[in-house]
Amino acid sequence: MPPVETKQDIQYEAVIGLEVHAQLKTASKIFCGCSTKFGAASNSQTCPICLGMPGVLPVLNRRVLEMAVKTGLALHCKISPYSRFARKNYFYPDLPKGYQISQYELPLCEHGYLEVALPAGQAGESGRIKRIGIRRAHMEEDAGKNLHEGLEAASHVDLNRAGVPLLEIVSEPDIRSVDEAVAYLKALRAVLVYLDVCDGNMEEGSLRCEPNLSLRPVGQKEFGTRVELKNINSFRFVQKAMEYELRRQEKLLREGGRVVQETRLWNTEKEITVVMRGKEEAHDYRYFPEPDLVPLMIPADLINEIRKTLPELPDAKRERFAREYGIPVYDAEVLTTSRDLAHYFEACVAMYPQPKTISNWIMTELLRELNNRGQEIADCPIPPERFAGLLKLIEDGTISGKIAKAVFEEMYRTGRPAGEIVKEKGLVQISDAGAIETLVDDVLGAHPNERESYRQGKTQLLGFFVGQVMKRSQGKANPGKVNELLKKKLGEEKK
Amino acid sequence: MKLSKEEVEHVAKLARLAVSEDEKEAFSRQLSEILTYVGKLNELDTSKVEPTSHVLDLSNVFRDDVVRESLPPVEALANAPDHDNNHFRVPKIIEERQ
Repeated sequence: MPPVETKQDIQYEAVIGLEVHAQLKTASKIFCGCSTKFGAASNSQTCPICLGMPGVLPVLNRRVLEMAVKTGLALHCKISPYSRFARKNYFYPDLPKGYQISQYELPLCEHGYLEVALPAGQAGESGRIKRIGIRRAHMEEDAGKNLHEGLEAASHVDLNRAGVPLLEIVSEPDIRSVDEAVAYLKALRAVLVYLDVCDGNMEEGSLRCEPNLSLRPVGQKEFGTRVELKNINSFRFVQKAMEYELRRQEKLLREGGRVVQETRLWNTEKEITVVMRGKEEAHDYRYFPEPDLVPLMIPADLINEIRKTLPELPDAKRERFAREYGIPVYDAEVLTTSRDLAHYFEACVAMYPQPKTISNWIMTELLRELNNRGQEIADCPIPPERFAGLLKLIEDGTISGKIAKAVFEEMYRTGRPAGEIVKEKGLVQISDAGAIETLVDDVLGAHPNERESYRQGKTQLLGFFVGQVMKRSQGKANPGKVNELLKKKLGEEKK
Repeated sequence: MKLSKEEVEHVAKLARLAVSEDEKEAFSRQLSEILTYVGKLNELDTSKVEPTSHVLDLSNVFRDDVVRESLPPVEALANAPDHDNNHFRVPKIIEERQ
């Protein structure tokens, strides 16, 4: 009898697609002149148009179209020469008209892609580039905001957000792991922020992500049944929610169960996903062309005009950094996630042309300080010339690399230049041969037993002696010179 | 063209309309008659006619991205059946299935 393959033996592969809603950075709403400003008093930014009063006429905000075309071009999409809006009909308390103005069968942008750099480490491979397809990107209006907190029998609705312009960007199901999904999301956010069309703030809701996930046995062509996740409001939770959902599906499948096609909500407190109510009825959206808005005919010269305004995008910048500065692709990816960080790196390199050293320092010391304080590079108190100044002090032997890290922290805290801190705290490296010899002799004199062991062949004790000298010098002795002198002196004793 | 009782129930549900049993029967009959009447249009050959989504021969109508004054919250809420503390007040929305 052939061996029966049990569900326990099956290796599953994730298939993920992401639907991202990016709030476009306009001053006014998509179809009316109400402000889009975040944090205003409830229901203070509405008018008859976004409240859905009868008889009003929505008119498209020109900036919305320009930003949408710009984003579409950056994502290598085909911009449709003819496009229109559609009504998506459903009832929900945050939707005043009973329909959302969106796009359906003729979206503005289609068939694009985004290239994502993945970190090294998976199966020993080095960093690699993966191309993830963009199925479509279309313009639509946002709904209002529901508030339930502290309310027993009712919910509250704030319609300030109703009518705020969104670009919905739908990926192909090309993503195969949570890490890839996070990398895609970060890369997409970087493009949107580079283009200055979205501020990328997930906590304030200007970037929202709805993943759909399924599992299939490795080697199977058909997709498994997919689940859509909603209600995720930070980068950290996107990852957690997807990891949880894939674990849930895998457990279900291994136990012989079936995944049900449904929408699940991420519950931030319990860190689980739960089934959403009422989705079954909501599914029949009865789209039809929006009669209140005229169609869009996008002339080729307008597209070319907008194409000319595109800045150097993260992927092009990443490629150039790797090529021009000879740094690893992954370093280039990290350095180009924000335009400001990339600019900072280039400003440092211009003053201290050692790209790899600078990249190392930025990726470890600088990004750690920024992350610890929840700051952006724009908040960094160390201007590029002072950063370069610190690295020059290491190069010319004034301070050791180890001391430099402490100096860097001090620079970050106080905003003072490296030279000043080094001088004031007496951190100048001891490289003077006479001074080092004194230190070395003191240490050798204090440890006759270890010297004896060394003489008898226990040469790994060299590290111990170096450590003692460094300690005695409070970390200031030049380690290279200490090493050299110790080897010489101990070697002579050995003979 | 026949519209079944189930289809009437479905459409009523989507429109959030409460319909009695008698009405379901009546609407099923009446809507079927309407559909049959309109169905006469299917006799025309429209294979060479562009679908019309808009009756006006207009495209690309835009407004500039300029903020205009909004309504005061009191006015925005004036037509609402219920409001509370500058919010529209609606029956409790429960999104998670218990």
